[in-house]
Order: sequence, then structure tokens, then C-alpha cells
Amino acid sequence: MPDGVSRQGQHHRIREMLAVTCIWATAIVVSLTFGWILLDLLRHGLAHLSWAYLVESPSDAGRSGGIAPIIASTFLIVAVCMSIAVPIGIGTALLLAEYSVARSRFGRFVRRSLDALAAVPSIVFGLFGSTLFCIYLGMGFSILAGGLTLACMVLPIFIRTAEEGFRSVPDEYRRGAAALGISRSATLFKIIMPSAMPALVAGFVLGIGRALAETAALIFTSGYVDRMPESLFDSGRAMSVHIYDLAMNVPGGGKSAYRTALVLVAILLLINGSASWLMHRWVRHGAT
Amino acid sequence: MTSSMRRDSSPWRADTALIWTLRLLAAAAAGIVLLILVFLLIESIPALRTIGLVRFFSDASWYPLSDRFNMAPMMAASLLVTVGAIALAIPLGFGSALFCRYYAPRWIAGAYRRMIEVLAGIPSVVFGFWGLVVLVPLVTHSLIAGILILALMILPTVALIADASLARVPEELIHGSAALGLTRWGMIRRVILPAARCGLMTSVILAVARAIGETMAVLMVCGNVVQMPKGLLDPVRTLTANIALEMAYATDTHRSALFVSGLLLMVIVGLLIAMAEWISKGRIYA
Amino acid sequence: MLSTSAQTAETRRLVLTGSSTVAPLVSEIGKRYEKLHPGVRIDVQMGGSSRGIADARRGTADVGMASRGLKESEKDLMAHQIAQDGVCVIVHADNPITSLTHQQIIDIYTGKIDNWKLLGGKDKPITVVNKAEGRATLEVFLAHFNLENPSIQADVVIGDNEQGIKTVSGNVDAIGYVSIGTAEYDSEHGVPIKLLPAESIPASIKSLAEGRFPISRPLNLVTLGKPTGLAKDFIDYCRSEAVHDLINAQRFVPVAR
Repeated sequence: MPDGVSRQGQHHRIREMLAVTCIWATAIVVSLTFGWILLDLLRHGLAHLSWAYLVESPSDAGRSGGIAPIIASTFLIVAVCMSIAVPIGIGTALLLAEYSVARSRFGRFVRRSLDALAAVPSIVFGLFGSTLFCIYLGMGFSILAGGLTLACMVLPIFIRTAEEGFRSVPDEYRRGAAALGISRSATLFKIIMPSAMPALVAGFVLGIGRALAETAALIFTSGYVDRMPESLFDSGRAMSVHIYDLAMNVPGGGKSAYRTALVLVAILLLINGSASWLMHRWVRHGAT
Repeated sequence: MTSSMRRDSSPWRADTALIWTLRLLAAAAAGIVLLILVFLLIESIPALRTIGLVRFFSDASWYPLSDRFNMAPMMAASLLVTVGAIALAIPLGFGSALFCRYYAPRWIAGAYRRMIEVLAGIPSVVFGFWGLVVLVPLVTHSLIAGILILALMILPTVALIADASLARVPEELIHGSAALGLTRWGMIRRVILPAARCGLMTSVILAVARAIGETMAVLMVCGNVVQMPKGLLDPVRTLTANIALEMAYATDTHRSALFVSGLLLMVIVGLLIAMAEWISKGRIYA
Repeated sequence: MLSTSAQTAETRRLVLTGSSTVAPLVSEIGKRYEKLHPGVRIDVQMGGSSRGIADARRGTADVGMASRGLKESEKDLMAHQIAQDGVCVIVHADNPITSLTHQQIIDIYTGKIDNWKLLGGKDKPITVVNKAEGRATLEVFLAHFNLENPSIQADVVIGDNEQGIKTVSGNVDAIGYVSIGTAEYDSEHGVPIKLLPAESIPASIKSLAEGRFPISRPLNLVTLGKPTGLAKDFIDYCRSEAVHDLINAQRFVPVAR
């Protein structure tokens, strides 16, 4: 074989080996770091973690007892958040992806606003949410206010992901629909959205993750009360706020903070696992 | 691109109702940040009037209760921490996404993706706490501690969004590249990454946004000393940590000054977005 | 807007906002009160002492919580002290130093003494931990040692007490100051910190309760004018003997009546 070709082949092979090493190294570094954090959580939190923890109420400022009302509040806050963020998010994403308005001044303005929204510090969201929802709109410290504030935080991520999903639906679907004389709305809801479902679910999962991870914004909006919520207008303590209180505020609350963090990780695994499983079923049983 | 499909006028009335609904929803989404800006402005006005904008950069130091309001060191800290975190998170995040898609066996890829999804949902206070207890004894309260923790926090955003956009690269491109005899890395570098360019930029933008806005974790590990950092091991205070630290106990002018720092952050973000747009000449909005 | 507790037909609700130091204590007292008075809701929220005072004044909350005394500009409000908290200096448990004089602490914090060897300890630079501006603990510390914040040379600035404890317990060369109760609790549970005496008086809840410990701050419930109705009832309950065990559980000192 001529010299030049084999040298090039060697060149590519070295590049390929380098790439493989780097990529695997990345994966290993990230996994080790995550493993470190998880091990730390397990080491300090696994002791005394029992089913009772999930059904009892906190006592002794959270140092003992369980976190049942807190799990309930968290669930409600995230539910409010996603119920607001998903319709607005899908609507905005559809507009940006499917209509020529995307290139127009309005479309660019919407995009820039969302990017800026994604950068607002969580504490500013807390102050803003407190002023707008709690005081101005009169909701007081409430799960509703917390959920609405979180929805504002989740929107940019969800919209971006959903928009990408809609964009990558092949054009043939749209052309075929037009050729068949189907209305735009029907095309959007019966053809485009179902085929973008994996991206929508991915955005949903990312959004929930962000919502569960948020602390500062919730302290000022959904508040600190650790009673079992009876309505959306009740104040409710989210898990992230509880972890913050136990870790930084209550002396001796560290152990319980770790326990709550572990429960949160378990819930995350549950949500992500179900989303993944649902998507597999959806894709396999045909979306269109 | 669906350019040929862009007929906004349509014979079906449902379609007209639909597009107006969508426009309304989009306007609502876009309006939120405007409301926030107005809010920040209203709250900042007392400080801007009493202290004046120039003093926020020219005063001797930041001791609000002694009438000193220099924010420049904190601004520098915010920028440095963000840039450092991005510099770490992008290679690690893209690498993770490529790992999941093209290098790992199926079951490892699934487990790895699950792990990153869980990382995405861990509260900032847990990261901060871990940083305080594990990282700080190693690298002290410093800029580098903040960079490391922040990189860890934004990594999942980069990885998951990049992973999703890699998934959407049309199969034909991959098959075609394979047919042409490209190596795996060659295919990634020359075909797949360019094709997924928009999604990758999205992940970067959202990661930068998250990094600038992160409050709790940097508060716990950066040391919170207001000074211009001269090295990676110097303690620093970001604008966000400052707001979180002092807001709870600040009154009147001090409080208003904190809102000015929030406004300043938004100005920085606006500049970054404009820069990003200019660099890619609008291509990121494909 | 008048400061009244919201009274509907069935539930009566009292909203308290303010200091995150006082919040866990009042939250626990509130739970006990709710058990004694069915139909009553005591909602406790955080937000900081300034928020508590501002809310009490505006009427956004029924009662404010503050971890300090009222300033001159706040004399239009009424403070009801429910407990006392002390502030003590802490160092790492492995630090050979067992006590520091008043002047030594001032010199350490202003940067005149910057190495432990000058005090008879190891040859290591001192890591000075200070609290963020506006914090009650900082103000008590500054007042006691007659310092101004700008003259303090800090290496680390912290927000919450636990952050201070984690910082000092993670760094053998660190010195800081936190609430006595938090420090005592943690050191009893194995956290490697040491509480330094203040002017030869050992730092402990006991010496604070006996009135001997010099550095202390009040924990207050704040109202606009004299409290009435549910607010008055609850504030009286917080100051009664019935909740002394809760106050002790949070490592504060009940106020003798």
C-alpha cells in the first residue's frame, strides 16, 4: 500500500483512540464524582431511614419524625408548576417552531426574553414571586404562589427542548398532511406533537428536575410551614427548603437533611424511570 | 426546515383561533422577564437616586452599612465563576452526551443517562453542603471551589440537552458517513456535531444562564469575601451570593442597592445574549 | 392596614415572618399551641429579621420575628422577648489555644495578629471567619468588641450559624463566632469545635442562663402597637413556662419573668 495512505490511516487511528480515551475518561470522572456525592448521602442518611419516615410528620424542628407533609407539599408545588408551564411552554414552542413568526421580530423577541429569563437568579425569582404572587395578587405564602414562580423558572428549559423537538419532526409529515387537506391545528395536535413526544418528555423531566432542585425561590413564596397542606392556598414546605433548614439553620439537623436528600433522589429516580418507560411504550406501540 | 409549509393564512377558522392562542401564550412567556425587569427597576430606584450609578463602581469597597457600595469585585467574581464553570462543564457535558450516544454499550448508556438526570434534580443546597464539607477542606473557600461546584451543577443541563439534540441527527447522515468509511470520531467531529449545532448551542446558553443565576451553592463554598480575585485560591463573592447573604437583614437603601446588583446581573446577561447572537450571526436561532 | 389575625368562621390564622434563627423555635411552639387550641393555624415563615420587622409594620404579617433588639428607627414597634441567645467565639478542637483575651480577639479580627504562633499555637496563618453585614450576630459581636465592620480583615464570610460551624470544623486554623446554642449542640454531638470563654467565663448555655456570659442577644416577637386577640394570646404563650422545654431544646435560654 502506498506510504501516504497508511500514514493517514495511522493518523486516524490515533485520533480515534484519543477520542475514545477522552470520552471514557469524561464518563468515568463524572460517574466518580456523582458516586462520591451519592455515597456521602447514603453514608449519613441511610441509618434510621424507614418507611415511617415517609408517613410521619416532622417533630423537634425536623430533627426527628418524618417528612410526609413535606412530600405532599412538594408534590403539589411541582404539580402546579408543570400544569402551568406545560401548556404555555408547548404553545410557545409550537409558535416558534411551526410558524414563520419565528424569524420575525416577535419570534426573536420571545427567544431573547426566554434566554434572559433562564438567567434570572433564583433569589430574584423568590423576591419577584413574593411581590407579584404573594403580595400583589394576594395569594400570601402559598403552594400556588410557589408553583407559579417555579413555572416561570421552568419555562425557558421546557420551551427550548420542546421547540427543538418540534423542529426535528420531518417535513414529510407536514407536507403529507397538507396534501391530505388536514387543517393546521389537526396536523399539530395529531401528527406533530405525538412524533415530538420523546423531546417533550425529555423537557418535562428536565423541568421537574429544575423544579425539585429549587430552594431560594420557594422560601419566599411557598414558605416554611411544615403542616400537611389542605389547599393550594396553604403554605407548604418543599423538600429542598426542608433540606436547607435542616442543614443550615437547625442545629443537629444534618442527619435528617441527608435522609430527606436521599428520599428526593429516590423520587427523582422514580420520575425519570417512569418517564423513560412511558416513552419506550409510546415509541414501540406507534405514535402516529 | 419547514419554510415551504409556512402558510399562516389558512381556510380553517380553528387554525386562526389557534395561532392567536399560541401568540398569546408566547407573549405571556416572553412577558415574564419584562415584569421581572420592571420589578428590579422599581426596587432599585431609591438606591440609584440616593447613591448614583457611578459610585457602584468607584467606591472604595462594599460595606453598605458604612455607605460604601462598590460592586465591581463581585461582578468580576460572577463572571469568572461562570466562565470557569462553563469551561469545565462543556467538554464534560458534550463528552457525556457523546458517550451515551456513540461510545457506551446500551445498558451503561442507560444507567449513565439516569445518573445525569438525577444529578439535574439535586437541590443546590445539597451541592453546596457537599462542597462545604468535602471540597472546601481540599481547596479552601475559593474561586476554584465555586467553579468546580458550579460546573457539577450545570453539567447535567449541558449533557441532557446535548444528548437530546444528538438523538435528533437524521439517521441518513450517520449511515452515509459510515458508507463513506469515516471513523467514529471523524463522523462525530465532521458530520454529527455540525448537524446538531443548534441544540448544542441551546445547551450552552441554558447552562450559562443557570451558572450566572446560581445562588446557594456558590454562597456556601466561595468564601464570600468581597475582593477582586488575584488567583484561583482567593475567596470571592458573587453578585447572587451577595443578594442572598444580605437581603434578609437589609433595610432601605442597602436593600435597594441589592436590587441594583440584580439589575446589573440582568444587564450582563443581556450583553452575553447579544454577544452570542452576534458570534453566531443569528444561526443559533436557526 | 391594621394588624389583625385573620378570623374566619372555623379557622383562625396567625402569620409570623422574620428571622430564620427564631423560626424553628416559634414553629415548634406554634405546633404545641395548635394542639391546645384546635381550629387555630400558626403559620411561620422565614425571610430575615428586617423582613419580620417590615412586615409587622406594614401589616403583611401579624407578628414579626427578630433575632435582635429594636433599633432607634423602629421604636414605633413593640418587642416581646421570648428567649435569649449567646454569641461565642469558636476554634477547631485540635487547636492548642484554649482561651483568648478580649484584646487578642480584636487583634485577630483586625489583622494585627495573623498567625497562631503569636498566641502560643502552631505556626499557621489564622483563617478569620466573619458574618455577613447586617446580621444580628455580627452586630452583637461588633458592639461587644467595639469594632467597625470595615476594619475587620476576614478570610471567609458566612451567612448562617451552621455554615460557620462547618467552616471552622473543616479548617484547623480557623476562628469564628456563632450562636452559643448551635455551637454547644454540635460540639456535644462530635463536631470538632471548641467554644472559647469570654473574659474567663466559659461559653455555655448554663453560664448564659445564669446571666454571667457577657455576649448575648434577645430573640423577639415584634408587633405594631399592643397585640390583641390571637396574637396576644400566642405571644403570652411563647413567654410562658409551658414552652421552656422547647426553648431549651433549641438551645436558647428562656427569659425569666
